[in-house]
Amino acid sequence: MAVETRRLTMGKAIAEAIAQEMERDPRVFVMGEDVGVYGGIFGATQGLYEKFGPERVMDTPISETGFIGAALGAALEGMRPIAELMFVDFFGVAMDQIYNHIAKIHYMSGGGFKVPVVIMTAIGGGYSDAAQHSQCLYGLFAHVPGLKIVVPSNAYDAKGLMIQAIRDDNPVMYFFHKGLMGLGWMTPQPSAMSEVPEEPYTIPFGKADVKRPGRDVTVVSVAMGVHRAMEAAEVLARDGIEVEVLDLRTLVPLDRDAIVESVKRTHRLLVVDEDYLSYGMSGEVAATVAERALDYLDAPVRRIAVPDVPIPYSRPLEQFVLPSADKIVAAVREMLGE
Amino acid sequence: MAVDRTTLLTMYRDMWTIRLFEDAMAAAYLEGKQPVFNIAAGPVPGEMHLAAGQEPVAVGVCAHLRREDAVAGTHRPHHFAIAKGMDLRRMAAEIFGKVTGLGRGKGGHMHLFDPETHFGCGGIVGAGIPHAVGAALAFKKQGRDNVAVAFFGDGAANQGAFHEGLNLAALWKLPVIFVVEDNAWAISVPKAKSTAIASNADRAAAYGIPGVYVGENDALAVYEAAGEAVARARRGEGPTLLEVKTDRYYGHFQGDPEVYRPKDEVPRLKANDPIDRLGRRILETGAGTQADLDAAREEARAKVDDAFRFARESPYPSPEEALMHVFAE
Repeated sequence: MAVETRRLTMGKAIAEAIAQEMERDPRVFVMGEDVGVYGGIFGATQGLYEKFGPERVMDTPISETGFIGAALGAALEGMRPIAELMFVDFFGVAMDQIYNHIAKIHYMSGGGFKVPVVIMTAIGGGYSDAAQHSQCLYGLFAHVPGLKIVVPSNAYDAKGLMIQAIRDDNPVMYFFHKGLMGLGWMTPQPSAMSEVPEEPYTIPFGKADVKRPGRDVTVVSVAMGVHRAMEAAEVLARDGIEVEVLDLRTLVPLDRDAIVESVKRTHRLLVVDEDYLSYGMSGEVAATVAERALDYLDAPVRRIAVPDVPIPYSRPLEQFVLPSADKIVAAVREMLGE
Repeated sequence: MAVDRTTLLTMYRDMWTIRLFEDAMAAAYLEGKQPVFNIAAGPVPGEMHLAAGQEPVAVGVCAHLRREDAVAGTHRPHHFAIAKGMDLRRMAAEIFGKVTGLGRGKGGHMHLFDPETHFGCGGIVGAGIPHAVGAALAFKKQGRDNVAVAFFGDGAANQGAFHEGLNLAALWKLPVIFVVEDNAWAISVPKAKSTAIASNADRAAAYGIPGVYVGENDALAVYEAAGEAVARARRGEGPTLLEVKTDRYYGHFQGDPEVYRPKDEVPRLKANDPIDRLGRRILETGAGTQADLDAAREEARAKVDDAFRFARESPYPSPEEALMHVFAE
């Protein structure tokens, strides 16, 4: 008998994860700008309002300090809120609540208070939305102790990681890349769609996923970078170059063992990151290899990331600064001395 | 509003507990910091913001609260914590950085967190306002008749968090009481130089909620105003904004040279001591005798002495504990 399979977009997978947890646990609720009737600007809450109504899927004023701070207060009194920060770029108006309060209260209370809050937020560029609507910034939040950082690359992971996030007793920041959500009004990325089981499931944090095994170069990335790396790996495979693509899936906790193990096999590391180059994920991954696998490297570590400029508007400018399959192909060839 | 004898004497005792705690803390704080002041030295390092003189705000509001009601305090939090019924030993131990403290020595004086009394506070001005809103949102969702109180200073009323928090609470008709402590100073900046209107209570109109100004540093006046606000919140009728004129006896922080404050201000404020004032009312109305007042004061003194002894005698956490409690397991 043929097994029925379902392919979902990442947006639908996230919304399904939230819906299933809301059914399971009456403490879970969603709030944010346009999460209600609209279903979230990027579709992460599509269908939830119809199913659960305005009490549990709450449209908020444009008031991020207010509702993200309220998410914390509600969590301390026994709720499990999910707050959507529409674009991660807007964190500036609410950062105090996130990094000074949500991230620190478990620690400062000596473990007395738990803070089960999920903040989900949209990241990424590639569609000319310029410097205030295109950033990734997960490295900035990963830098602050007390926040778990989730960055899925596909629908299957997105559902399992969201359910894991909601059940976690800690604050989790869940970053979804707009270009992976399956929006009708954005360049499609079909490889972000995947088969998604109907029943709820979790994916543990801190477990990287080998998207493609290879012996020559390890390419580490998250979100859109994983897809760019896979495209590059296809091209390189035609020339007999086997790239291993590692999808970190979460930055906190970080699966350092998987990175080190892979590099010990391939002896080369390329990190692909749509966040800014300096002081970020790519540096952290490189430092991990420098600390634990330096002697295994046959070539210097390479990084492809946004070269420390704000994301520009004009198409040729933006495409110039974002990671691409072509850049990955060129870097890998250079690392192999070709 | 009629106030029963037990409530009056409890408020009187709690005011003394606050006053004696703050005075004892001022003394302990100076240990190891003389003759040369070094903020990192002594048994109580770091910043220290004391609330002596501001007792009426804390006891007048908290007299109406239950254990399960939530309170968000400020960087100057001791009086709220004591009035809310926090365990004085664990509170003092936290301030001494001891492992027996509320946060096992990880928070300190500005960061007192207590699930038992549903109490939190913090060092960022205005930040607690949305937390109280969120607690009230939880209560409403859970169908409980609990309320949340956000205490904050007149300086905090100029923060965005104030506007956002009041708007949300009013919009969603949440059981929150916003309490502004107007102690006249935002560190060194007087209210007249920071705030465009004389009374923050007037700002309630902007959110369509009641605003009440209590112009005297008087526990009974606060008790009365807060009673109506709390009752209204419990009835599900939404938030209230209170502003209370109160007096800060110490500097903004211990070690504050207070170059901005007229030399005669504090003695003038102390002439209107709110504890004496409540004591006189208790005697005048026959609610209690001088012996009752003395007993309440002695009870407070014994409790403070015990808490400080406990804090001093408690061990420090092992240094490796610094690595624990980043995440819940």
